[in-house]
Amino acid sequence: MTERIPGAPQVPAIVARDFSFWYGERKTLHEVSLTFSRRAVTAIIGPSGCGKSTFLRCINRMNDLVPDTRTAGELEVEGRPVYSRTLDLVAHRQRVGMVFQRPNPFPKSIYQNIAYGPALNALALKRDLPEIVERCLRRAALWDEVKDRLHESALGLSGGQQQRLCIARALANEPTVLLMDEPCSALDPIATQRIEELILELKQDYTIVIVTHNMQQAARVADRTGFFDAGRLVEMGETNQIFTAPKHERTEAYITGRFG
Amino acid sequence: MISRRALRRGKSRVMVGLMGVAVLVAILPLFLILASLVIEGASSLSISFFVNRPAPVGETGGGVAHAILGTLMIVGVASAVGIPLGVAAGIYCSEYRGTRLAWVTRFVADVLNGTPSIVVGLLAWTWVVATQKHFSALAGSIALAFLMVPMVMRTTEELVRLVPDSLREAALALGYPRWRTTLVVVLRTALPGIVTGSLLAVARVAGETAPLLFTALGSEYFSFDMDRPMAALPLVVYKYATGPYPEWHKLAWTASLVLILVVLVLNVAARLATRQRFDRA
Repeated sequence: MTERIPGAPQVPAIVARDFSFWYGERKTLHEVSLTFSRRAVTAIIGPSGCGKSTFLRCINRMNDLVPDTRTAGELEVEGRPVYSRTLDLVAHRQRVGMVFQRPNPFPKSIYQNIAYGPALNALALKRDLPEIVERCLRRAALWDEVKDRLHESALGLSGGQQQRLCIARALANEPTVLLMDEPCSALDPIATQRIEELILELKQDYTIVIVTHNMQQAARVADRTGFFDAGRLVEMGETNQIFTAPKHERTEAYITGRFG
Repeated sequence: MISRRALRRGKSRVMVGLMGVAVLVAILPLFLILASLVIEGASSLSISFFVNRPAPVGETGGGVAHAILGTLMIVGVASAVGIPLGVAAGIYCSEYRGTRLAWVTRFVADVLNGTPSIVVGLLAWTWVVATQKHFSALAGSIALAFLMVPMVMRTTEELVRLVPDSLREAALALGYPRWRTTLVVVLRTALPGIVTGSLLAVARVAGETAPLLFTALGSEYFSFDMDRPMAALPLVVYKYATGPYPEWHKLAWTASLVLILVVLVLNVAARLATRQRFDRA
């Protein structure tokens, strides 16, 4: 499906070295250094306002919309510096897909929602689009539910279906990385379960980074977990280790519910 | 406890009642106007009124077809100029709202919005009529376009601002450049509202008389030539209503009714057209 760098599974997909971020005068990320493995799920947990979403949104530069922000340090996706002046932002965002907290389908048909990205990025000929739409909807486990109403408005879907549509939409761009910003926080438990199953399924092909408030969710889907607090990465490791034997006192306090 | 609840319910009923009265008061003038137009004007309505030129003074019959055509042409050209400009400026002021240019544009638009239409007509007279040394329909269109731009701009701005940021983010995250995000996602989402706002602007300028008085001037003949004087419904109403003959006064009422009908038809047609486009989408 996507171009892979052969024979280099050890090279992490995303690397941050002393990465800092400022909203105006306020420094919201402090010298974050971490790596995200390729074709694995990494969860980022931490209390509200700890900078985990900010960090996620730096990876595909969604923070560019906010005026008066700046960064320091390094952040690389597949070896390409994200905040380089020569980065092709359009191509970068095509490679790094994103799923948001609230499902945000375009107010258009289900079909058009998926076809938008590939049509724009000239990844596909127009006649290939129906096939791409079907493949992505199948991939997102939504095809059977919507195949008879592809040309109806996406806004008629339930919240969980909309979120899977948003995942399908991101997949249609053939990304290598998938960023998920609390993708289940607006969904009920059943829809949440379906999304989690999907995440586990998708990690065979994609590097997935998921920000979540739900620690059970991190424990269920993530291979590795990082704990952020007050704009700093406190610790990062195998999910099992983070939840059973955290090295840091703050981490332990957070996962046992004693703060945050 | 119960009495307090009853008191609350009573208060609620009183307030709802007051709101109902307020609504009635607000729409009453509309009905009064429509009613008097129909009572005074409907009796002269006939096919001939829609297809003929005015009859000479003293003869009965005749119509205002030349003015209907004139209004459609003058307002059509004004819309073709004013709506795209207004929409573009509105999008700019909303999507780039922090810039100094957006602030200046907004300020200028507000001033222009409050400018009496006769002043705008004078401007068109100075720029077009005085330099060309003859009256023309085009000068009228320019004056009307000037009136439309700030109206369309302000509604577009408000509606574009209502498009949720999450939609912009969705498009940007798919790799849409900002200009395409604005055109394809933001504009498309806000389009139904922009159409409504533009129609309101069309309806308003279709009834403007003052800016046409010394630009399009008016005429008794059919004309497609934008470079010559042209008739328009408001001008016909003005002429007939201020004229000395009772038949003219009657014609003025009927022409007013026709003007309202034209605006109504335009509204309904444009709304149906856009609704169909969205059902397919």
